[in-house]
Amino acid sequence: MSGDSGIRYISHPHPVTGVTNSKLGIWCFLASEVMLFGGLFSAYILLRMGAASWPEGSAILNVPLATLNTMILITSSVTMVMSWASLALKDFKKYRWFMAVTILLGLAFLVVKGFEYAHKFEHHHTPSTNTFYAIYFTLTGLHGLHVLGGILVNTYFLFPGSALWKKDPDQFMGRIEAAGLYWHFVDLVWIFLFPVLYLL
Amino acid sequence: MSEHASHDLPFWRKYIFSTDHKVIGIQYLITGLLFLLFGFILMLILRWQLAYPGQPLPFIGHLFPESQMIGGIMLPEFYYQLGAMHGTIMVFLGVVPVAVGGFGNFVMPLQIGAPDMAFPKLNMMSYWLYFIGAVIMIASFFVPGGAAQSGWTSYPPLSNIASVGQTFWLVGMAFMINSSLLGSINFITTIIQLRAPGLTFNRLPFFVWAQFVTSFLLLLAFPPLMAASVMQLMDRVAHTSFFMPTGLVVNGALSSVSGGGSPLLWQHLFWFLAHPEVYVLILPAMGIVGEIIACNTRKPLYGYKALVYSVIYIGVLSFVVWAHHMFLTGMGTTMSAFFQVTTMIISIPSVVILTTFVLSLWGGSIRFSVPMLFALAFLPMFGVGGLTGLPLGLATADIHLHDTYYVIGHFHYVVAPGTLFALFAGVYYWFPKATGRMMSDKLGRIHFFLSFIFMNGIFLPMFIMGLAGVSRRLYDPTQFAHNLSTQPLNVVMSISAWLLGLSQIPFIINFFGSIFRGKKVDNNPWKATTLEWTAPSPPPHGNFATEPHVHRGPYEYSVPGAKQDFIPQSAPEGAR
Repeated sequence: MSGDSGIRYISHPHPVTGVTNSKLGIWCFLASEVMLFGGLFSAYILLRMGAASWPEGSAILNVPLATLNTMILITSSVTMVMSWASLALKDFKKYRWFMAVTILLGLAFLVVKGFEYAHKFEHHHTPSTNTFYAIYFTLTGLHGLHVLGGILVNTYFLFPGSALWKKDPDQFMGRIEAAGLYWHFVDLVWIFLFPVLYLL
Repeated sequence: MSEHASHDLPFWRKYIFSTDHKVIGIQYLITGLLFLLFGFILMLILRWQLAYPGQPLPFIGHLFPESQMIGGIMLPEFYYQLGAMHGTIMVFLGVVPVAVGGFGNFVMPLQIGAPDMAFPKLNMMSYWLYFIGAVIMIASFFVPGGAAQSGWTSYPPLSNIASVGQTFWLVGMAFMINSSLLGSINFITTIIQLRAPGLTFNRLPFFVWAQFVTSFLLLLAFPPLMAASVMQLMDRVAHTSFFMPTGLVVNGALSSVSGGGSPLLWQHLFWFLAHPEVYVLILPAMGIVGEIIACNTRKPLYGYKALVYSVIYIGVLSFVVWAHHMFLTGMGTTMSAFFQVTTMIISIPSVVILTTFVLSLWGGSIRFSVPMLFALAFLPMFGVGGLTGLPLGLATADIHLHDTYYVIGHFHYVVAPGTLFALFAGVYYWFPKATGRMMSDKLGRIHFFLSFIFMNGIFLPMFIMGLAGVSRRLYDPTQFAHNLSTQPLNVVMSISAWLLGLSQIPFIINFFGSIFRGKKVDNNPWKATTLEWTAPSPPPHGNFATEPHVHRGPYEYSVPGAKQDFIPQSAPEGAR
């Protein structure tokens, strides 16, 4: 791949910037993601400041379940790093193991989230109930889509995408690092979402 | 380098689902030009109603369905669809794809001596996301209730209760946003990582700098509109109340939504994108004009560093001026004071750029080629557009002028005879690079002079109408007595617009005819210095036969003692 297109710095970092193309690209992408969630968080602030009354998140949302989900996501971030570190140690078997755990933890997060949603819908608490539920469902829904996207990418790297490891281990490691950066970002968004929606 | 077998690719891989930046650039350019024509035609139809309100549209009026025109007389609903979609199509489907997707994709990698963009597959995806988004936008004309009709700004609550065309607008916009996101990531990475050896940031052509800053604007300003679009979509589909205030009355009945939302929130998020978007429209145009002025005056651009710093300064500051579009919303005098100060400040770098361009002409031996004519016309036209913006940036003056034709005249001077002229200049300038053939000089001159006259015929009267207090969104201007005195101007503007439409025929003939019949030229017909002119015309896959090395700045024209009046950037050290 790196050879025939003539494009440089796919597998190895640029001597001056110190990063590969994909790493710079993923950081740019994350910058735009910050602006996306930033837009939604500022909407939250503006709506809350303008509201006559604002419900206490902890009173109407399930804090223990959300705490469990926080734990799940943080653990998955650790296993994601471990999978990358295993590649650095040239231990492909361990990489697959940690990657599989990361994916399963991501799925577990979505399942827990699904239970939370189902519970809300049972009590007829929908996005149209009030602006708190509107921003709650929009923020967590968009975050959930990001988790789902991360799971899909990681699954690709667990199965068909891992063929690259034999051809160009450096490029493959770069890809896992980029996927990891994204995964940590998704984790970080939740770290902000959790207190803002559930505790404040 | 990459002399690999790209010629063996099947047709659909080489020209349709191509990953080559040049093919994608040309795809963007042609699609964008077609959308510019389409958006322009919408306005040509709309202008009949403004010039001759309530009269049946001749010749083609009966072709429209009953939902749009009855007996050839335009319905108000259709009028507002034409207006909203004209703005949306021109900005998001026309100018930006041509300026950034077209010229940026085609020229930038060549100017930095790269074999391709950093992420060729993402590049292809970015074009096709744009294409799908555009198809969704066009399809919205055929859904019940027609296309979006709440203005290109889609202000709620009106847009929230509009027909299903608005949902199409939001979904189409989501595709456009993701397309520009992928594009901007690609541009930034390519410019930072893939510059040829020796091409330091201080030696970058001004065009590349303009694209670089533009990419940051696209990267960081578009996501808040994505957030806003998601919320408006939720409002329309899941009946949330992000933008629906408590106690809203629709058609005489209290709206059934929960309320508590804020229509102002949309305006803030929308203009947070849409003001930087103005600079997305103008910066690449400035980049094109800079290249053409340097080449056609045969002297270096005056104040290269001042230009670069100004562009960066504009980029940063453009994020803190957005609320000058909202002086009349009652957001408070403190906010207004802040935003009018930042707005006055951001005019300084724009003036610096325009002034350096004018000073660049001083003492040059100017070649009045067709690209140069367009670039020269850009200067006063953008000047008029910029200077008429100052009263709008001051809250007190804006109270009178807001939402009048004055605003329309102001931003059209920036974008139409401003940016569009720069884009035409770019087409004439880089056409020989893309095809190996020149466009016809004679047809180009006809195109230029007619366009120049009729552009001003359309937009100059707008200032007079605006100062007379004519609102920008009236279906029938004659229904108010204070508009009657300026109504003859509407006829002048409409006839100018239709003649401007006819003036584009020489360009269309020239563009497609010259692909096959244009005069064949060598690799560097303009005798320019930047790297793209050292590549073959048209450049092969991989662009350069051997990787170029850069030894000097971008504009070494008329160096004293040199054999020729230009020294290419890749000429070896000490070459004379």
